[in-house]
Amino acid sequence: MTQKLIIIGAGMATGRALEQLLEADPNAYDVTLFNAEPRGNYNRIMLSPVLSGDKTYAEIVTHSAEWYEENGVTCRFGERVANVDRARKVVIAENGDELPYDKLMFGTGSNPFIIPMPGHDLDGVIAYRDLEDTELMMSMDDSNKVVVIGGGLLGLEAAAGMAARGVDVTVVHIMGHLMERQLDEAAGYLLRKALVDKGITVRCQANSKQILGENGKVRALQLDDGTELPCDLLVMAVGIRPNVKLAQDIGLAVGKGIHVDDQMLTSDPDILAVGECVEHDGAIFGLVAPLYDQAKVAAKTLLNEHDVFVQKEISTKLKVTGCDLFSAGDFAEGEEREDIVFRDPARGVYRRLVLQDNKIIGAVMYGDTADSNWFFGMIKDGTDIADMRETLIFGPAYQGGTPMDPLAAVAALPDDAEICGCNGISKGQIVAAINAGADTLDAVKATSKAGSSCGSCVGLVAQVLGLTLGDEFKMPEKETVCKCTDLSHDEVRKLIVAKELKSIPEVMQELDWNSPGGCHVCRPALNYYLVCAWPGEEVDDGKSRFINERVHANIQKDGTYSVVPRMLGGITTPDELRAIADAADKFNVPTVKVTGGQRIDLLGIKKEDLPAIWYDLGEAGMMSGQAYAKGLRTVKTCVGSDHCRFGTQDSTGLGIKIESEMWGAWSPHKFKLAVSGCPRNCAESTCKDLGIICVDSGYQILVGGAAGLDLLEAELLVTVATEQEAIDVSCAFYQLYREGAQYLHRPYKWIAKVGLDWVKEQIVDDPENCAALAERFRYSQQFYQVDPWAERARKGVDAHEFTPLADFTKVAAE
Amino acid sequence: MTDFIDIGSITDIPVQGARLVRTAQGDIAVFRTASGNFYAVDEYFEDKAGPLSNGIQHGEMVTDPMRNWVFDLATGEAQGADEGRVTTYELKVEDGRILLSSAALVNQVAAE
Repeated sequence: MTQKLIIIGAGMATGRALEQLLEADPNAYDVTLFNAEPRGNYNRIMLSPVLSGDKTYAEIVTHSAEWYEENGVTCRFGERVANVDRARKVVIAENGDELPYDKLMFGTGSNPFIIPMPGHDLDGVIAYRDLEDTELMMSMDDSNKVVVIGGGLLGLEAAAGMAARGVDVTVVHIMGHLMERQLDEAAGYLLRKALVDKGITVRCQANSKQILGENGKVRALQLDDGTELPCDLLVMAVGIRPNVKLAQDIGLAVGKGIHVDDQMLTSDPDILAVGECVEHDGAIFGLVAPLYDQAKVAAKTLLNEHDVFVQKEISTKLKVTGCDLFSAGDFAEGEEREDIVFRDPARGVYRRLVLQDNKIIGAVMYGDTADSNWFFGMIKDGTDIADMRETLIFGPAYQGGTPMDPLAAVAALPDDAEICGCNGISKGQIVAAINAGADTLDAVKATSKAGSSCGSCVGLVAQVLGLTLGDEFKMPEKETVCKCTDLSHDEVRKLIVAKELKSIPEVMQELDWNSPGGCHVCRPALNYYLVCAWPGEEVDDGKSRFINERVHANIQKDGTYSVVPRMLGGITTPDELRAIADAADKFNVPTVKVTGGQRIDLLGIKKEDLPAIWYDLGEAGMMSGQAYAKGLRTVKTCVGSDHCRFGTQDSTGLGIKIESEMWGAWSPHKFKLAVSGCPRNCAESTCKDLGIICVDSGYQILVGGAAGLDLLEAELLVTVATEQEAIDVSCAFYQLYREGAQYLHRPYKWIAKVGLDWVKEQIVDDPENCAALAERFRYSQQFYQVDPWAERARKGVDAHEFTPLADFTKVAAE
Repeated sequence: MTDFIDIGSITDIPVQGARLVRTAQGDIAVFRTASGNFYAVDEYFEDKAGPLSNGIQHGEMVTDPMRNWVFDLATGEAQGADEGRVTTYELKVEDGRILLSSAALVNQVAAE
């Protein structure tokens, strides 16, 4: 007699199991198929092409009504199963019908996870799961705004599909980069760039706070920083949960999913389960390949044949409308793991292989996934790659070939890109000079002037020579930023400007970084170069700054911090001193010290107390002295003509004016100034980065002094007649240094490289350039003259830095 | 079986950042990397390195702010020329919550 099989859920896994069963033995079972959706099995993976309009629903139907009829499957679509009586082996339908079974198969799939934030139950808040959701999204057009929460595969497919229909789409993602489970940061950056090019707005590291509604319908998503993103529809695509409710209700063993063994049997030997609702050996499943394997095993089990479900290495090859992505295996960094990274900035290609013990254990690819199967095969087979290591990353076609050209970044520059900023010489002009016969660096300098002034572009000029002349030209030796790149500091700075690079991942991709995320050496340097090149744009990445600049205080050897409020020109008041004394009492400051820069240092402050002490000091009108910054420190002064019988000018007044203009600026290294009222030099102007000595006729401006590891006397840059000129020249010099010096070089090191004569040419001999430098400095200052203490003490910026995540010290030790 | 204690949400730690967990036995730094991994290690390595939660986090590593020791966060092993291993603690993420092994809070008590 034919046995009865009841299947709960008409999805892709049960659909495949049914096909396999009917193919092997069409008469083995009398099948009844329940489905909560009012339709049969369709290819859920293809909902995205339906959304984008590339396919219709009819094209993605796997099993038509005719198919079910021809195969004798009794369909109960649009009906839920209310209960199962395992003792009597009957299924109870919603309408009360009782259907006996010999075998029962669960294919209840998964439920989309809805974040239970305020407003999640408003009209117009949907998941992306079935045809109904898809149809709602398809009803949007270019007059609508939609917010998608979730930057994983599903969310991005929803976003791309709607963007293709002209909808104004914003993706809100809680993590630092898109698809973080499949992609590393660099590939995530490329994906984001491609989506932004399609008109999609992407907000990463954005925490949703609540959904705002109007008359019961969604109006906007509010982020925890207060931003409101207006929307007509809000799609939550933040993950799925196995749907285990019914299985749990009837007492089957359930964990994250319905527990199954290698034969897809649940804890009840007459009940099987397949698909997204199951948990096998601790794992749950979302991709289609393992579901099809499960279906095959389940069909065999139903036919009393032996088969075993084995979990395999999973790869993801994805196509988010036009973005080629591939990820497989394990691509986290770790000990004994090595990376091979290949980037082709011109084509937007990124490839990364993770190696361990001469085997590939993970791979991420973006832009060109043509060789992904070859790599995936080697991951699965554990192929030993020792022999092809050098050329491995280029794929199967290149085995035995030559490695990648290190000149790629410069090769990709357009002809009109400026290489030599001093003389305004473009790449095309240099190539022309080389083609006209200049075949050495000196010849190029002589005929095109490129590289003949400050010399910081010489590395790039050499690369243009190398590109144009090929092997005939021998590249000079150079010092690279760190082991993550083949470029020098000067080259990186110039390429950031020439290629308009505006984030660290972007720099690393476009300049062919050979580590995936940089290191503690290159990241702070890149961050400074971006901050300097693009004032007013949100380029600053606090996580790439050294701790002192991140928390705006100086870390001490015991992990406490020191706090130095700014005292312009070294001038203070009784009220400020009282506030400092009160703060020192209140926070039990162990040491109060007068600094060499004419300020007061409060040492030994606990990190958690920083915002509170800043608040108190702020109440008295004081702000951060930035005594921790690679940036403007102090302007030391003597009392000058106000009090001193030798004083020639108002040195304190000038010091205060300069410090008022310059505070807050970041630079390659710290920058210290002094103004002395007469040549007796009580403010020690002659050993400062910039020192001013007042004389009867005006102001001598000295630069490049040092009194630290090196001892150097500052040299005269220029003598000017008025206070305003002294201020302008100071700003121009600081800006020239800010734009030109390599990270962690004090001005004296930079001057040793470019020459004081060149500095004079730029500032003294060229008044127009001097004015332009000062103008650029002042433009930049409008964005950086923000007191970081007030931001943290009063506006809660970076609060996570100052409070522990959890404190168990007060829990009684039992 | 290991017990785990909920110490906060994954969003409480910025990407490439760290937060402190204070325990009676000392501070523990919990890191979140760009690839979305979370790690817990001692804030200090003997008297040689730390406070590590103040370091620059890169790759699956952290660079000590004081003397530039670089530690692998997964194993605690010092990289390069330095030798040593900072203590690591078991940690897992479930439903957006960070769960720290309760051993991190008690194991040193038992040793006394």
